[in-house]
Amino acid sequence: MENENDKLLAVLERHEKGPHSLVPLLQDIQAEFNYLPEEMLRRVAESLGLPLSQVYSVATFYKAFSLEPKGEHVITVCLGTACHVRSAPAVVEELERILGIKSGETTRDMKFTLETVNCLGACALGPIVVMDGEYNGQMTPGKIRKAFEKRYVPSADNS
Amino acid sequence: MGSGADLKELCRTIRESRVTGARRVSVCGGTGCRAYQCVAVAQALRDELDRQGAGEQVELKVTGCHGFCERGPLVVVYPERVMYQRVACEDTAEIVSESILGNKVIERLVYADPTDEKRIPLEPEIPFYRKQERVLFGANGQIDPTRIEDYFALDGYTALAKALEEMSPEQVIAEVKKSRLRGRGGAGFLTGRKWEICGGATPKEGGTRYIICNADEGDPGAYMDRSLLEGNPHRVIEGMLIGAYAIGSNTGYVYVRREYPLAVENLRIAIQQARDYGLLGDNILGSDLSFDLRIFTGAGAFICGEETAMIASIEGRHGSPRPRPPYPAVSGLWGEPTNVNNVETWANVPGIIAQGAGWFASIGTEGSKGTKIFSLVGKINNTGLVEVPMGITLREIIYDIGGGIPKGKKFKAIQTGGPSGGCMPESLIDMPVDFDRLTEAGSMMGSGGLIVMDETTCMVDVAHYFMRFLADESCGKCTPCSQGTRHLSAILDRICKGKGEPEDLERLKELAWIVKNGSLCGLGMTAANPILSVLRYFPEEFEAHVREKRCPAGVCKSLISFNVDVEACRACGKCVKECPVAAISGGRKKKPAVIAQEKCIRCRMCHEVCPFDAVRIA
Repeated sequence: MENENDKLLAVLERHEKGPHSLVPLLQDIQAEFNYLPEEMLRRVAESLGLPLSQVYSVATFYKAFSLEPKGEHVITVCLGTACHVRSAPAVVEELERILGIKSGETTRDMKFTLETVNCLGACALGPIVVMDGEYNGQMTPGKIRKAFEKRYVPSADNS
Repeated sequence: MGSGADLKELCRTIRESRVTGARRVSVCGGTGCRAYQCVAVAQALRDELDRQGAGEQVELKVTGCHGFCERGPLVVVYPERVMYQRVACEDTAEIVSESILGNKVIERLVYADPTDEKRIPLEPEIPFYRKQERVLFGANGQIDPTRIEDYFALDGYTALAKALEEMSPEQVIAEVKKSRLRGRGGAGFLTGRKWEICGGATPKEGGTRYIICNADEGDPGAYMDRSLLEGNPHRVIEGMLIGAYAIGSNTGYVYVRREYPLAVENLRIAIQQARDYGLLGDNILGSDLSFDLRIFTGAGAFICGEETAMIASIEGRHGSPRPRPPYPAVSGLWGEPTNVNNVETWANVPGIIAQGAGWFASIGTEGSKGTKIFSLVGKINNTGLVEVPMGITLREIIYDIGGGIPKGKKFKAIQTGGPSGGCMPESLIDMPVDFDRLTEAGSMMGSGGLIVMDETTCMVDVAHYFMRFLADESCGKCTPCSQGTRHLSAILDRICKGKGEPEDLERLKELAWIVKNGSLCGLGMTAANPILSVLRYFPEEFEAHVREKRCPAGVCKSLISFNVDVEACRACGKCVKECPVAAISGGRKKKPAVIAQEKCIRCRMCHEVCPFDAVRIA
């Protein structure tokens, strides 16, 4: 906890006081802690002199923020229009079957979070799946299963 | 630098220090090519140049996006401009020895025309580039975006110097008005007019006017703004500086989407370098202009592309739009006059000042001047970013530049304008593309995404896709939009599931009218376009879904089934092995595969893996 507190203080110190710092500050906390713990939202409100309701409304409005911790591995499927017309939904469904969760959810063992994104702007590669930052292009249900197994199965227990 | 003369002297010195016609090589380092591992290719090239003893005399540049994303990673050898495509690390030794040092073209790595397999080595001669007019993008291949000197070598920031030293703010506005530049973010408002309104509005006591660069490029399938920011950030900064001078602003923001980390990084470096040269800060080039820029990274909300929502976001609130007027030009960020322009709009400004409004207005159509960058994506052979003069036809873009539809499939529709736009059918393919013609056709320019669809794309599914997107991204403030998009999406959902009723078509039209006319901001006002355009141009697809419970394109899962053509099946067993729910039997020992319909989840896997196209969708 001590360590977390130091980290939070460091983040708070990086930003000027005032409402214009709210979004950047929450982005830093999200990056640092992988989610926005309730206690930290209270501290942010106090530090910036804003009502907690405003902090909460911002924290729940934007897609970059999550009130729940994310999994150790984040798998993101692009659902931009170009990927959509190239059958990206079938790829999402295959990942949902592999992981046993719906998109937007995290596996119970906190290993995997499955997300979708509106567009990554790498449309020549569509459909695209990003696994922990690594781009996998021209995915199909069959290819994503193999790519997933290659990357995660030897080391990860995805039961 | 204390004056424009200092700047011009610097530009001249840098230009002269570079040998014209020298051998150099550039590697496309845009986000698209990075996804193809171009960073490793660039490193391998660098190592090879060193290994073969040419590291000193041959300059290697990692540049911004060259546009031809389909063929990345791209390597261009200068001065001839031989373009190598789909380059792998293994190819780099040969590129150095044969092409860079040996002056030979490596045939297997250059573009092959799909019709006659003819090899076309030179970049400007490749059909993808031939019809383009790369006014904004042309410099991308010559600039390392992390080096301001590369921009100086192309007379960078001299348009700013001209504005500061030879023109009054009013003259700058007059010039931009005369060019008839229209905003590239979607609505197409006249940029000069917007500047005039903002410049004429009075800030509060002790306050300032703000300018904002809208780089919250949210339309799925559109990424031209990112590539401009990534590849040539100084051009955008220079445009903003000229705008700041014209409008009378001392603070600007660039609002960038968080999904664009490379654009943020290159912009951050560019801003710092511009500060180091005194091009941002106080008394720029010895003038009275003092101006600085901040980057604001969006937190993931499509609606923040709308200017009042964007301003709310910078002010630390959730991104809900507010009614206009007052327009931000009069009362925007912190209640101050605020001018918001899109990335591509700002990037057009230096050219207008340097080359004159007459030059700019000579390109394009009566109502739409200049060039437009489109991202050509979807079911198209040459995916990429194309910059073309306004007024070019869709056919030229799709077939001459885009190379047509992959796998010999039939063209069905082209979608423009993102979720606010519409789908246009083949009958409109000879339409010249500009702001007004697209609006007349029931679509809109939007930020410039062009998504090509073929016979295997279901138009009802596409309408559903956009409506679900908008229902999800609606901010929730006004009822017509937040509830309307949700209900439109629900109706389309049931039509796609085969539960549509004939009355649904009327319900869609009625609800679409309400959403269009009752919503607070542009998101809602244009939300019905995807549905209305599909109803207008593809009514037979709706009819098939609603009345015959059939999806002619074979997309909507509830309305299709997968069957094995016993004549075509060679019993290889691939589909049996891949089926995730063990719904396929047979497929071995010369017995054709059989799909048990009650078990099939229509995941398309068998269709995908069959080497003989024996799995048919009905």
